[in-house]
Amino acid sequence: MMKETRIDRRFAKLKDEGRSALVTFVTAGDPDHETSKSILMGLPGAGADVIELGMPFSDPMADGPAIQASSQRALKAGENVRKTLDMVRTFRESDSDTPIVLMGYFNPIYVYPTEQFLVDAEAAGVDGLIIVDMPPEADDELCLPAMKHNINFIRLATPTTDENRLPAVLNNTSGFVYYVSIMGITGTAAPNPDDVRARVEKIRAKTHLPIAVGFGVKTPEQARDIAATGDGVVVGSALVNAITETLDNKGKATEKTVSAVLKLVGELSQAVRGG
Amino acid sequence: MSTPEDAKLNSYRTGPDEQGHFGIFGGRYVAETLMPLILDLEKAYEAAKVDPEFKAELDHLNKHYAGRPSPLYFAERLTNAIGGAKIYFKRDELNHTGSHKINNCLGQIQLANRMGKKRIIAETGAGQHGVAVATVAARFGLPCVVYMGATDIERQKPNVFRMRLLGAEIVPVTAGTGTLKDAMNEALRDWVANVEDTFYIIGTAAGPHPYPEMVRNFQSIIGHETRWQLEEHEGNGRLPDALVACIGGGSNAIGLFHPFLDDPDVAIYGVEAEGHGVESGEHCASLRGGKPGVLHGNRTYLLQDEDGQIKDGYSISAGLDYPGIGPEHSWLKETGRVNYVGATDKEALEAFKLCTKHEGIIPALEPAHALSYVQKLAPTMDKNQIIVMNLCGRGDKDIFAVAEHLGMDI
Repeated sequence: MMKETRIDRRFAKLKDEGRSALVTFVTAGDPDHETSKSILMGLPGAGADVIELGMPFSDPMADGPAIQASSQRALKAGENVRKTLDMVRTFRESDSDTPIVLMGYFNPIYVYPTEQFLVDAEAAGVDGLIIVDMPPEADDELCLPAMKHNINFIRLATPTTDENRLPAVLNNTSGFVYYVSIMGITGTAAPNPDDVRARVEKIRAKTHLPIAVGFGVKTPEQARDIAATGDGVVVGSALVNAITETLDNKGKATEKTVSAVLKLVGELSQAVRGG
Repeated sequence: MSTPEDAKLNSYRTGPDEQGHFGIFGGRYVAETLMPLILDLEKAYEAAKVDPEFKAELDHLNKHYAGRPSPLYFAERLTNAIGGAKIYFKRDELNHTGSHKINNCLGQIQLANRMGKKRIIAETGAGQHGVAVATVAARFGLPCVVYMGATDIERQKPNVFRMRLLGAEIVPVTAGTGTLKDAMNEALRDWVANVEDTFYIIGTAAGPHPYPEMVRNFQSIIGHETRWQLEEHEGNGRLPDALVACIGGGSNAIGLFHPFLDDPDVAIYGVEAEGHGVESGEHCASLRGGKPGVLHGNRTYLLQDEDGQIKDGYSISAGLDYPGIGPEHSWLKETGRVNYVGATDKEALEAFKLCTKHEGIIPALEPAHALSYVQKLAPTMDKNQIIVMNLCGRGDKDIFAVAEHLGMDI
């Protein structure tokens, strides 16, 4: 059995407070390593309860244009897995409570290689992994080894996850379940809150884990609606867009970049807290 | 040294296993949204595979629509010009639509029909697969969207026009460097968003299980025909001494090779596109210039940097310009059953000219890579030995690119 993780503790605390978690996604190294680190360091203060940090990949097949572009910017600026883990290590020097989940695709982990990645990720203070292209059928390769390093492997449930498939998705999942609220890629269609509520209730009947809902949540209003049904609401593309909008014409960060992201996180946090 | 693992390997033709693995390669690395659909597809394919009605329909289409069997042709003048082994061409360039791609598309669209899918999507590089998909979609009356890299659209204009005539919608992909891998990413994104009504016709023997197996089986008609056709030419029981085919994703090659994998006297050569040379870093030789990784739903050899970021391939031939390769080829490389070699842009152009002049056949630039290796191999063999090369596509689509490389105006 895994020990209790920061993710478990954070969701338990929020449950006591009677509110949902704001889960924020930004791509590590976007638009450059230092700016990205400043954003990361500012996220808890701005109201992020759980942090998802994207590990940029050249071929992000499940992502829409916003996150594709952010991955490209980060890679162009020289981001890699090692630097992303450095960023997490620095974050942990001043914050030992806010969970960090790394999100991405398997190949950069596989060539790291996997076991060394898990050793380094655990040491850096990573709490969970969401690896989009690792279904339950591939659990032996990453999910089970991650659990041995006390890292939660968080699985995506989707609108196509029917009752036959759900047990496979929930098996070995820990930390929380990520419900993908639309059929499609990140940051595209807007989820329908009624459909989401129905699906979340079906998943809730089969698991005691918290359920966070994401893909397509952009505005504080949407976040408030989704927070009413899920235990957490994930916002990604909207934050990435906030970065994009502040870049200069060469695609470099400006003095507005960090504050624009943190301001939006503040508004989302207010909304999730029912403000 | 022989290991217990080797001892068990008494056939090269039993893969993949139930999870889609060929050794450590293959598998099913896709987003959860696609998993239930991929499992459905596998179930439907397993049922179709053993259904005599499915086979009868496909046989009928292959014969009367695609024009199979394609001839096995003794290239006598080329044999004399090169010297050494007798060179036969398996003439899949004579198929309807001009390449081997139709073999797979007819199989997959029939499966799409059985599954009740109402919309077809595909990726394409050189446009040969896109044309074949657009063709079968027109034949079966289904709407079709083809994702194609913007760079490829520019260098394959005749095929783009063909697809549009056939009623397909072409979506230019500008992400990455706008080539085949980016087109495949975009097709996968479309599929994730439209899983319920859409069938994705993957063009090569790669992608998540069951695609590598399914595409291989649809393409294996090439090797099966070759076997009996060569006996017609050369007498009962005569096998080729060597098989040669070009490799991008590797579907034409696996189609020719697979029926012969358990014939130990048949030497097999897969020819990768070396572009400006493997040393230059500008090539598509995934097996010899790449390393194992996970992309597009399978583990296989990939062109990638030390951080696991996928690198773009380069070749004069858009159809070979893919940074990965079908997983079965990765396994055949590791087991040593198939020899993987290469040909550069320059060598392929020379072979292109040679074939055109001596045989009156304008080959596509893809099989021109295979022919370039035949030029090296044949002189090392005896006159009574036989090479079968898969002439998997015709060169009409390439005349503009070739003219440019030869410094000629059309």
